[in-house]
Amino acid sequence: MLPCTGRIDESLLLKAFENGADGVMVIGCLEGDCHYVNGNIRARARVERVYNILEQINIGPERIRMYNLSAGEGAKFAAFTSEFVTRVEELGPSPINLARSNGPKESEQEVQAT
Amino acid sequence: MITGTPKPIEEILEMLEPYDNIIVAGCFGCVTVCRVGGDKEVQVLSSTLRLAREAAGRKIEIKEVCLERQCDPEYLEPMRPYIEDYQAVLSIACGAGIQFMAEKFTKSPLLPGINTGFLGVTERQGEWTERCQGCGDCVLHLTGGICPVTRCAKSIFHGPCGGSVQGTCEVDKEVKCGWQLIIDRLVTLDQMDNYGKLKPYKGWDSSRDGGPRRIIREDMV
Repeated sequence: MLPCTGRIDESLLLKAFENGADGVMVIGCLEGDCHYVNGNIRARARVERVYNILEQINIGPERIRMYNLSAGEGAKFAAFTSEFVTRVEELGPSPINLARSNGPKESEQEVQAT
Repeated sequence: MITGTPKPIEEILEMLEPYDNIIVAGCFGCVTVCRVGGDKEVQVLSSTLRLAREAAGRKIEIKEVCLERQCDPEYLEPMRPYIEDYQAVLSIACGAGIQFMAEKFTKSPLLPGINTGFLGVTERQGEWTERCQGCGDCVLHLTGGICPVTRCAKSIFHGPCGGSVQGTCEVDKEVKCGWQLIIDRLVTLDQMDNYGKLKPYKGWDSSRDGGPRRIIREDMV
């Protein structure tokens, strides 16, 4: 958990995949509502860059996604999380995890930040 | 600063094909400022390479380092004790830094991770443009601070050529005519008399025409 998505950078997101994540979900505050002015806007650009990197190395860009929520939207948070987890489950284990285990893994790890 | 652009990841992976443990070396100089070869880029590139190689079924071990500058010998020396423990170095410094490292560590293959660009300036985040070609004989005092060598596509010295149309250059409509810029600036500065002071011809012997150049400052040697 990070205090602001503005702290996220590309290396941190890629590290999550190196550490075995099948998908990474980044959740920032609503755009225009960042306590640190533009932390979530910066995070969006960084997530896009990682999306492009994952596409280039055939990990599957859809394994990373950014959502924007306010701290009071618990139900929406749950819905977004379910949606993303379902999507990642459909994709199956990342090529990294497949190479490591030669088989699908049940668990998937997600990095979340609000 | 010296600018650059990242090489495509596919090209880097192809270069790394013979190697299983390497150093990825960044530089805290110009390439950090233009966000192509600093500490952060070392981390991102290293992670990217590890992921790509592991997904392809062949892991790669990477030592991540970022040197103060790769173009000064004292900052290269700290690598000497361990550099030969690795099969190759992928440097994301400029071409000068990469070559200097290759000269200092002759037993280690040096691989370029970026394409070095030009001496330029930051227009805005993510956009850089060229300003200087290092011709070795600066005339900016006569040209309103605008370089005819760099800003004119032909590097001519005596005003706009016939390819200058309404302030743009014939090579590209997005490129402003360097000489039109110079004249406009001289008019603004009320220095059009400088236009006539330009040398009859420019000596290019201080530029690249004589091969690789050397500067020796006797007061500093």
